[in-house]
Amino acid sequence: MPRLIWSPIKYRKFSVGDIIIFLFIGSIIYSIATLNTIYSKPTQQIYLDLSPLKLPLYAIFSLIRMIFAYIISLIFTIVYAYTAAYKKNLEKILIPLLDILQSIPVLSFLPPVFMAVISLFPGSKIGLELTSIILIFTGQVWNMVFSFYQSLISIPRDLREAAKVLKLNPWQRFWNLELPCAAIGLIWNSMMSWAGGWFFLMACEMFTLTNQNFVLPGIGSYLSFSAIEGDLTKLFYGLFTLIIVIILLDQLVWRPLIAWGQKFKIEFVQDEETYESRVLLWYRRSRIFEFIKNHIADPLKEKLNQCFVRYYTEKTLKAQNISIFPKILNIIVSSLLGLLVLRGVFGLLNLLIKLPLTTWEEILTAALLTLLRVSLAVIITLLWTLPLGVKIGMNTKLSKILQPIVQIVASIPATAIFPIIIMYLIKLPGGLNLASIILMLLGTQWYLLFNIIAGGMSIPKDLIEVSKLLKLGRKEQWKILILPSILPYLVTGGITAMGGAFNASIVSEYIEFQNKVVKIKGLGALITEASSTGNNALLAGSTITMAIMVVTINRLFWKRLFKKSEEMLS
Amino acid sequence: MELLKLENITVSFTFPEGIVTVLDNINFTVNEGDFLALLGPSGSGKSTLLRIIAGLIKPNKGKVYFKGKEIKDINPGVAMVFQNFALFPWLTVLENVELGLKAKGLPPEERRKKATEAIDLIGLDGFENAYPKELSGGMRQRVGFARALVMEPDILLLDEPFSALDVLTAENLRNDLIELWIEKRIPTKAIILVTHSIEEAVYMADRIILLSKDPGRIIKEIRINIPHWRDKKSQEFLEIVDEIYSTLTGKPLEKILWKEKRHIHIPEASVGSITGLVELVNDLEGKADIYKLGEELLMDVEDLLPIVEACELLGFAEVKEGDLILTEAGKKFAEADVLERKEIFKTLAIEKVPFLKQIVKVLQSKSNHKVPRAFFLDLLRKNLTPKEAERQLDTLIDWGRYAELFEYDDDKDELYLPETSELINLSSET
Repeated sequence: MPRLIWSPIKYRKFSVGDIIIFLFIGSIIYSIATLNTIYSKPTQQIYLDLSPLKLPLYAIFSLIRMIFAYIISLIFTIVYAYTAAYKKNLEKILIPLLDILQSIPVLSFLPPVFMAVISLFPGSKIGLELTSIILIFTGQVWNMVFSFYQSLISIPRDLREAAKVLKLNPWQRFWNLELPCAAIGLIWNSMMSWAGGWFFLMACEMFTLTNQNFVLPGIGSYLSFSAIEGDLTKLFYGLFTLIIVIILLDQLVWRPLIAWGQKFKIEFVQDEETYESRVLLWYRRSRIFEFIKNHIADPLKEKLNQCFVRYYTEKTLKAQNISIFPKILNIIVSSLLGLLVLRGVFGLLNLLIKLPLTTWEEILTAALLTLLRVSLAVIITLLWTLPLGVKIGMNTKLSKILQPIVQIVASIPATAIFPIIIMYLIKLPGGLNLASIILMLLGTQWYLLFNIIAGGMSIPKDLIEVSKLLKLGRKEQWKILILPSILPYLVTGGITAMGGAFNASIVSEYIEFQNKVVKIKGLGALITEASSTGNNALLAGSTITMAIMVVTINRLFWKRLFKKSEEMLS
Repeated sequence: MELLKLENITVSFTFPEGIVTVLDNINFTVNEGDFLALLGPSGSGKSTLLRIIAGLIKPNKGKVYFKGKEIKDINPGVAMVFQNFALFPWLTVLENVELGLKAKGLPPEERRKKATEAIDLIGLDGFENAYPKELSGGMRQRVGFARALVMEPDILLLDEPFSALDVLTAENLRNDLIELWIEKRIPTKAIILVTHSIEEAVYMADRIILLSKDPGRIIKEIRINIPHWRDKKSQEFLEIVDEIYSTLTGKPLEKILWKEKRHIHIPEASVGSITGLVELVNDLEGKADIYKLGEELLMDVEDLLPIVEACELLGFAEVKEGDLILTEAGKKFAEADVLERKEIFKTLAIEKVPFLKQIVKVLQSKSNHKVPRAFFLDLLRKNLTPKEAERQLDTLIDWGRYAELFEYDDDKDELYLPETSELINLSSET
């Protein structure tokens, strides 16, 4: 006898969740419709309407760009991480490559991306939009790939076996095993990626290439433009809008997502740390969602499932007859890929040969200067985050109050405040040097702070009690208890912070401000300048130097420290 | 009718240091109506064997046939229940049970109907929409059973399904399974149970295949003709349990090998547990049934056996027909104080474990009396797998430290003679 198994409360009234969804969809449709009218003005000449009334629209444009970039990132993440996790021979190339790609600043991708896109869509605004979107994508995709790959290779063995014995096909395996296992990591990393996206948005919406300026209407370009004109009031308007957008996203998207993601925890033990979201409840009660689930999503899922079952049964039947075909396809694809890589390496070498020795000298001094700035930024960050982070981490009450505040503050992109800081510092001697370090600091200190807080929380409570009973002095407590326990977290935070600071150098060492270019000697300035003047050889040379520097520091310094700390704890 | 046939199954792993054989030339068949238990200590490869039957692992040599057809991929006629449940935490009970039917491409209504039936059968009604984390361990494993049974497999594979549950829950679930099986309420034609619990195997199965370890070989096959429900206190039940115990403790094959190889493969038991066991047996008037001992201590064979073997090796006790009997030395050891104990242990250890003596000799011959751990590890690796060598050396160091034969520095990974200690005269004992 069939039984009623799922009985949602029927005839529910519209909820707040419905209104949010409705507003969201409506505003997107409206903005896409307006986008066209804005573009009908000539784009080649650098112009942007700075009326504050346009700000909501600009914010939505930027948001749409970010969403597209994020969707591309997701697709790329899944393909890349999947290949790396399941093709053992490609894994050895793909994972180190990821390390390198992660260390390349966004602007270095600009000329090749622009050339490729413009040749596909010559002279059109779609080309420009696509360039901007791809730039944002290059800034946010890598950590997502890494997280997904990590999740894939650490799926519990028994769950994998269960999926195999139940004969799930690859489609079902993806939705029922792989994606759920990766969900939590992916959500957190998506959040980080979005923060990174906001950080570089100004550079991605307004850029100079071979001495030509390109502007796309958006909140990033609004901020850049106000900075160039030196209009503080407009800058504040822009900043205010951006902060509102970020807070809204945090409350309406990320928090509900994190709360929802808790069901993908693999451990069966109840965690003391719980994430709650009232908004998630609204969504769950939303009639639109319920309608989509019952009438669109579920039937579609069922249809797709049937299709894939049929497809894979036929495929296995066929595979018994001809099994060479996929092998040949594999060989063709990998040799094509190999050729593409070879072609790229050859082109790069060709560019690099053109660089005279004096330029290399210039690059190296610039690299050293940037390294110095980055190290200073990291050291200053450590000086304040270490005591504060540990304090917050070890005190549950304090962390409950401070964590959400810190998270919001951290998500405000420092690049947006930067012009204001510049305004005050530029008059001082060495002011830009200071400003540059401050921007690096503002952009990357959070990685360290969050990790140190997590480290502080991980110190076992009984050890803290023991150290109190033994009446250990402050110094001993740090040496014996705190530093050893937080070291792994410190290293993880350090790697991200340092890489981030290097990447931030492209916006912190070279700034257009009050209609003039302000720059200091450094690798980031070189990259930005080379990219805007179209000096591809210099761009390639300085980018490679930066990548090598970041990867080397990671390998020689951070990874060793990490190993040491792991040994100490085991 | 023959359902399953294993032919010359051999599995080995290659390490830089050499080849480790996990399963060595396994042959057996499973017929319709069989309830077979694969029983052996850890390291006997019994779980690997089950995975080979399921088609999850490919053997290096040998073939598996299901209904006469060779298995190349996942075995089409099996379903499996896992030791740690292997449920998908993000799916509800119903969704978990439905998953395999979904993979088959069954339409939603049919899926739901079958899954609900399986859930009712295994006694989970009312929990359809719960998530696994809301359930107790026993309930979770019931979901595991429902998920396997809903597939209506010819052969049900059970990988230590009761070992993660507490005693009462496990007993309950065992009985429920036997009931389903003997009353033929499930279409399953054969069950293969992997376990390290002798009692569990004798209680449930009709056939038991005993496996040795390092490498896993079939040492004996036992038929159990006691009808269900079996009385665990009955004479015939206990006799079979004792028989298996003495086969496993006796391990004739390994004893011969041990002498042949002449390497000191000492049982992996800490001094603490050896002392504990000797004391306990002494309190029981110097004689105890090993099976009952295990039951009383709530210990599995694979945990208890090494300790028993260590007592035997050191001459503290002897095993006779499933009983552990203390020797004079054992009684003396049990009643001695801490310092005397160390003295007794030292004398016996040096006498019975040549490798300990070798370690001391090497240390004495060095001018600074220090030798890195890796040196002894290399010596041990000549006869053992890398992992075993590590465990052996750990045990040797534990014994040696207790006997105050030498000291060990964990930071530097080296063995050394403490400066204050006088040199032990080794020659007198030989």
